[in-house]
Amino acid sequence: MTTDQGGTVATVTYRDAVRMALQDALRRDPRVFLMGEDVGRYGGCYAVSKGLLDEFGPERIRDTPLSEGGFVGAGIGAALGGMRPIVEVMTVNFSMLCLDQILNTAATLRHMSGGQFSVPLVIRMATGAGRQLAAQHSHSLENWYAHIPGIRVLAPATVEDARGMLWSGLVDPDPVIIFENVMLYNMSGELAEDAGGVAIDRAALRRRGRDLSLITYGGSLWKTLGAARQLAGEGIEADVIDLRSLRPLDDATIMESVARTRRAVIVDESWRSGSLAAEITARIVEQCFWSLDAPVARVCTAEVPIPYPKHLEDAALPQPAAIVAAARAVMGR
Amino acid sequence: MTGKIQAKAHLTRERVCELLRSLLRIRRFEEKCAELYTTEKIRGFLHLYIGEEAIAAGIIPVLEPQDAVVATYREHGHALARGIAMGPLMAEMFGKQEGCSRGRGGSMHVFDAATRFYGGNAIVGGGLPLAVGLALADRMQGRNNVTACFFGEGAVAEGEFHESMNLAALWRLPVLFVCENNLYAMGTALAISESETDIHRKAESYRMPAAVVDGMDVIAVEAAGRKAIELVRGGAGPAFLECRTYRFRAHSMFDAQLYRSKDEVEAWREKCPIEHLKTWALGAGLLHAEETAQIEGEVAREVAAAVAFAEAGTWEPVGDLARDVHSPGALA
Ligand SMILES: Cc1ncc(C[n+]2csc(CCOP(=O)(O)OP(=O)(O)O)c2C)c(N)n1
Repeated sequence: MTTDQGGTVATVTYRDAVRMALQDALRRDPRVFLMGEDVGRYGGCYAVSKGLLDEFGPERIRDTPLSEGGFVGAGIGAALGGMRPIVEVMTVNFSMLCLDQILNTAATLRHMSGGQFSVPLVIRMATGAGRQLAAQHSHSLENWYAHIPGIRVLAPATVEDARGMLWSGLVDPDPVIIFENVMLYNMSGELAEDAGGVAIDRAALRRRGRDLSLITYGGSLWKTLGAARQLAGEGIEADVIDLRSLRPLDDATIMESVARTRRAVIVDESWRSGSLAAEITARIVEQCFWSLDAPVARVCTAEVPIPYPKHLEDAALPQPAAIVAAARAVMGR
Repeated sequence: MTGKIQAKAHLTRERVCELLRSLLRIRRFEEKCAELYTTEKIRGFLHLYIGEEAIAAGIIPVLEPQDAVVATYREHGHALARGIAMGPLMAEMFGKQEGCSRGRGGSMHVFDAATRFYGGNAIVGGGLPLAVGLALADRMQGRNNVTACFFGEGAVAEGEFHESMNLAALWRLPVLFVCENNLYAMGTALAISESETDIHRKAESYRMPAAVVDGMDVIAVEAAGRKAIELVRGGAGPAFLECRTYRFRAHSMFDAQLYRSKDEVEAWREKCPIEHLKTWALGAGLLHAEETAQIEGEVAREVAAAVAFAEAGTWEPVGDLARDVHSPGALA
């Protein structure tokens, strides 16, 4: 297959796309190395880094002990010292053990030092529910990081972004956290063989509609697009915005859409209280209040630790049916 | 070694049969779980204890009913040894509301207030501070209880391990720390994750009595466990037991095991704690082949009944989704 520009296109999984991004970065820049639990010999807990140890060796594909605070902190130090570390934390749930290093060191060093030091570090974490892993392995805490000034927070939802955001994150002189939703790793999509970095500060309009704006990111993008297709069958045409960057938020894209459609539903896999959806709602109200024809609605995860049984996990998470219902409600149907 | 020989010398036939039954209940329960995983009755992560049974079976029965147990996500064996009935345990694996955690936890989050079984913690190292706190509460309220805390050698790299060691030793709290050293944390071998691979020496550096024992030998584990529990209950503060063991199966159900050789696994399988006990006890005249067969039969029936109990269990209504987030009567 070929692109418009005449390049070739391949079908790859999201997991492959992340691996290709890692490989590319490791080949391009000798300062880049990957470190984290089981990234080497085990091949990554979600098999993302499988094979990289063979190509790059144990110095650059560095298995760490179970010491999240220690190795994330070491990543910060290595970045300060001139390296370009990519640190993998298995899942956001375990990142609570290194939250201190991220919040109190990585995010503050530039400011505390009066601009003398920067931390060019990329941290990758898996996030999200859907695999029946219960209450200590299923949460979506991206929003906690999006709260912190001094770091950039990215959420690739497509193979193109999974491939492209890592390089752009490495080029950024400040700490960047990339959240990979666990339900996306097996998803496949088309990727140009010469695909490279992508812009990381703009949201993307993944579907253009007219009647309302569905605003989402990460794993919920695909559920939201599914809901949008169903709504189209009922004559409701939705914009679907993929935020891509959770910090900073691309207000311009959000407000352009909402000002046009006059209605907004935000779909967010975190808990409703204090969610990113709450922040976006506030911004819409601040910036688009006079354009709105209906109150802003939110579809979030029920305020319960994620339960193990499938029927309860499904019920806890944002699902297409709930998105459709929320959209109908803001349309007054 | 003398301790082991003495311990063996005191063993009765009944005790040998109990130990064998305890080991077999864990083994057969988990083999059934693996089977049920492939038919998707059990979902999520499933971490099997197969190969490591002698540790829970050796130590937990030595505890008193009022003592507490803290374990990890690899805790089915501990739950069974502690006396959680097999039916509710299996129902928990299915996610049914008749499960011991009402189905909310699944394999990694087994809890039982009646036996003071405090989980089922799937954050590596997360259980250690909890055990310190349980022991602190016992001490502050004048109860002469012991808290037994089980964890893998991978947890030893976490800050929480070191903080807990220090607190327990500093405050002389009644905790028995049991490190189940199976040589791998997922795919990471002990030798590439620790500068000091003799784990019990780390505990010694916190000035608590520490010992190492062959974790494949249930009699040795029991003897070492008994001694350590007596020390702790005697008010000497915490104690530490490193049990050298091996997990025969994958880390969880998805694991290509690229990090270890088949030969290594085979060599450890030769040390199977069940075969080890059987061979020794048959040789010593403490067990007859018919008894083994009888116990196997009883355990098979117990497992079958547990599966039937779980199958007959019910799904919690979706309307109850937000239940048990806050205490009844508290504001949601
Ligand atoms: C804080 C934290 N980091 C990472 C993980 C992922 N993880 C689960 S089990 C495990 C290995 C733990 O090994 P060990 O403590 O030796 O126990 P074992 O599984 O061998 O019984 C890892 C890395 C986790 N659950 N929690």
